[in-house]
Amino acid sequence: MDPSLTADTWSESRAGSGLRQSQSGEREMATLVMPGTDPALPVGPAKKRLSPWQTWGLIMLAPYALVFLVFVIYPVGYGLWLARHPASYVKLIDDPIFARSVVNTLVFLIVGINFKMIVALFLSGFFVQPRTWIKWLSLVFILPWAVPSIPTILSIRFMLNPEWGIINHLIFEFTGADGPNWLNDPTIALGMAILVHIWKTLPFWTLILIAGRLAIPKEMYEAAAVDGATNWQKFKFITWPSMRTLYLTCTILSMIWTLGDFNSVYLLTGGGPADLTHVLATLGIRYLRLDQVDLSMASIVCAMPLVLPLVYFMMKRLSK
Amino acid sequence: MKLRDVTAEAKLLLVGIPLLIWTLLPVYHMFLFSISPKESAFGGKLWPDHPTLHNFEVVFGEKHYYLSHFWLQLWNSLLIAVSVGILTLLVATFAAFAISRLKVRGGRTMMNLALFTYFIPAAFLAVPMYKTMGNYGLLNNQWALILAMVTIASPYSIWVLKQASDKLPYELDEAAKMDGASPLQLFRLVYLPLMMPSLVAIGTYSLLLAWNEYLYAFLLLSNDRQITLGVALGNFLAADDSPWELLMTVGLIYALPPAAIYYTFKRYMVGGLTAGAVKS
Repeated sequence: MDPSLTADTWSESRAGSGLRQSQSGEREMATLVMPGTDPALPVGPAKKRLSPWQTWGLIMLAPYALVFLVFVIYPVGYGLWLARHPASYVKLIDDPIFARSVVNTLVFLIVGINFKMIVALFLSGFFVQPRTWIKWLSLVFILPWAVPSIPTILSIRFMLNPEWGIINHLIFEFTGADGPNWLNDPTIALGMAILVHIWKTLPFWTLILIAGRLAIPKEMYEAAAVDGATNWQKFKFITWPSMRTLYLTCTILSMIWTLGDFNSVYLLTGGGPADLTHVLATLGIRYLRLDQVDLSMASIVCAMPLVLPLVYFMMKRLSK
Repeated sequence: MKLRDVTAEAKLLLVGIPLLIWTLLPVYHMFLFSISPKESAFGGKLWPDHPTLHNFEVVFGEKHYYLSHFWLQLWNSLLIAVSVGILTLLVATFAAFAISRLKVRGGRTMMNLALFTYFIPAAFLAVPMYKTMGNYGLLNNQWALILAMVTIASPYSIWVLKQASDKLPYELDEAAKMDGASPLQLFRLVYLPLMMPSLVAIGTYSLLLAWNEYLYAFLLLSNDRQITLGVALGNFLAADDSPWELLMTVGLIYALPPAAIYYTFKRYMVGGLTAGAVKS
């Protein structure tokens, strides 16, 4: 695999130059025409004849602008309006399930994601080894990312069934003891949900980190080898310094996406036992099903202090 | 020297073999159930004594209560995924062209708003989206799911396409302008052909996103004749005595097309979605 071969979600150098250009252009135009108006609205300068390029630009941007207005701005505004009563928040905070969900979410993010990223960093080192069988293995390794999550999570759910599942069967065969009741213990069940999440998304992050490793010039390692550096020293002084930023970005992005990971918890445990394994992503849906829309929206609003700083960090990195 | 090679290889295998098992186990388990008769599926065996295709027969013949609309639901999944793919391509390509090549006023603002949407987890938008679709009178209408998925797929699509089209030399546009080309001609004759790889990538991305979606599909659709196969799979869980061997069979059928598409277009997915990647 060569470095250009990586599915990735951001690019810094490109985004940087491109965005900066259009930004300065836009500023000039805005100040020339009518300072203070939002340049997104064609209303202000419409009197002046637009060039056909600008006209067509507006026409072609219109479909997305419409989608954005009708299916993002309106729902978000309406949602906030539904969550306007302070009473909803009082009720929410009094609900022990909410507190539990916040804790679960934090465990999911802090323990789960960091563990996943460390494993991905380690595996990226494994997959850059030049072996044919490792190339083949890397193709198989993508499978969890390539298949939809519903059937595989349900499959894992049955594997963990205490009576009929294959895991406890194997445990019984090898040790003669009964395996744990995996999904009936809130701690183990949450752990399993985290493992399911890792199973599904590990390939993606490993792929990205592989690209990061392959972008490091080989000469640096050769020079280090000449100087008699150990593997650990190579990692510490060459690999890690070049990958640190990428690793951090990946971790933040993964945290954002994991906050919205509904499937891993909902399809595996359904939030149970006794609603003790909910995370914020499933809690909103739980309230919705109980017909408590205001609580549902309030719980989402409460997740924002967690989401927005992460999003802000990512936006800054992308438009740098 | 020889010995060191062997130890190095052994160490690699020590990572590789557990990794292979970890990766394949849930998928293999699904496959195992689909070829097992009901009794032996629950026996915890690693290979059935009498592998059978009976489960597939039941599924394809819709011969079970849970499966009475199997073909229709498969069709729904396909229809919705293809519609989302086409609509996203239209919306995102137009937007990316307007922002990147026509440098339309407000394009950068729109791009940032789109990116912001992309980073807000879709699960948090689900409840407001559900209420909104109710207000629009679109609940239980497949358009609701199609439009919701286009909304979710567009931001990333626009962003990737914008990255790719920023890379095209600006002189191309200048030359086309000199020759008196209209913006539409530029779009059709110069832009689209050059963007083909990225368009394939984005089409595949949005199609797979829609096919694989569970949360929005189960919120927005509830009628048995309108739901996608994914939602139907989730509905199996409603009963305690679910026919798991059938559930896994349907799951396998549901998982095969996206996996096949992913591996077929891997080159595009990977190459097209990069946009320069990881230069940090």
